[in-house]
Amino acid sequence: MELTEAQKKARRSRSIALGLVLAALVVLFYVITVVKLGPGLFDRPM
Amino acid sequence: MSVTSTDENLPLGAAPILSDGDARDFFALLKPRVMSLVVFTAMVGMLVAPGHINPAIGFIAVLCIAIGGGASGALNMWYEADIDAVMKRTSNRPIPAGRIDRPTALGFGLTLAAFSVFTLGLAANWLAAGLLAFTIFFYAVVYTIWLKRSTPQNIVIGGAAGALPPMIGWAAVTGDVSVASVVLFLIIFLWTPAHFWALALFKSGDYGKAGIPMMPNVAGDASTKRQIVVYAVLTAISAVLPTALGFASLAYGAVAVVLGAGFVWYSIGVLRMPEGDEKMIPAKKMFGFSLLYLAIIFGALMVDALVPPLLAMVG
Repeated sequence: MELTEAQKKARRSRSIALGLVLAALVVLFYVITVVKLGPGLFDRPM
Repeated sequence: MSVTSTDENLPLGAAPILSDGDARDFFALLKPRVMSLVVFTAMVGMLVAPGHINPAIGFIAVLCIAIGGGASGALNMWYEADIDAVMKRTSNRPIPAGRIDRPTALGFGLTLAAFSVFTLGLAANWLAAGLLAFTIFFYAVVYTIWLKRSTPQNIVIGGAAGALPPMIGWAAVTGDVSVASVVLFLIIFLWTPAHFWALALFKSGDYGKAGIPMMPNVAGDASTKRQIVVYAVLTAISAVLPTALGFASLAYGAVAVVLGAGFVWYSIGVLRMPEGDEKMIPAKKMFGFSLLYLAIIFGALMVDALVPPLLAMVG
């Protein structure tokens, strides 16, 4: 059965929201890592 | 893509239908208005707590507490869809309105609960995370599933869940539970019955229709009014404790005394409300003032915690 226009619109809205949440989680865990490990994280010999 | 269509004759949220709910409906599952109170009181708990927390970690901790509170709301709506459908105030929520099915709401709530607790544990500490997990469990299981439909003391005991966020905020900073954080808990815990029973008085028809044993429906209006006064007095006393115990200023204490007198005064107005009063204006005023009361008490605690460091910076 074909999706109705309303269902397509709702699915698109959910997909965008989920994408934004996942992006926010990436930033969140990055920030937690940097804060927890401190500035020394960037001060390592290569 | 092949999917089954939405069948309006199916039982509430029972069928594996394709959700018509958009992102706003999922956001509504989080009970944003309750969440804003959780965020505010948790922030006050963090600010009043002695010690320092990295601002980024503090922000993430508040976010986790907010999401955890939202998860409780989603789990509450998952379980209460049948009650929500018959109450006017809640009949347009996403599940009773048919925009989100119950299994989806359950999965959404559990996922958010797990993520918020583990992220708070990783970012702040595991005591704060444990308290958040306990809050979600208490609200979703002890209050929603067990107490709400079985005893008129439902919101008295269940109120503990709503009172925990400042303790979580405090624990996120200090890593402990102290007398001061218990006092913050106590203020909201004692405020909750007076606040909710004022609402239950003028919404008793709705609650009766849904079969929820709220105090006015079980013990009657007269007994409920007396108990509202008792809890208003206890709330007013507890709100002065931060000054009495020395973790808030005399200025805060003065604000708490004046507001407490107002809270008790409004509760006496409810007590004097004649039997059979259909408009119940004093109960509506009490409900409105109770919201203002808690906002100002916690707002005053926040100002009290922020002013000395700001003055030190300026001086």
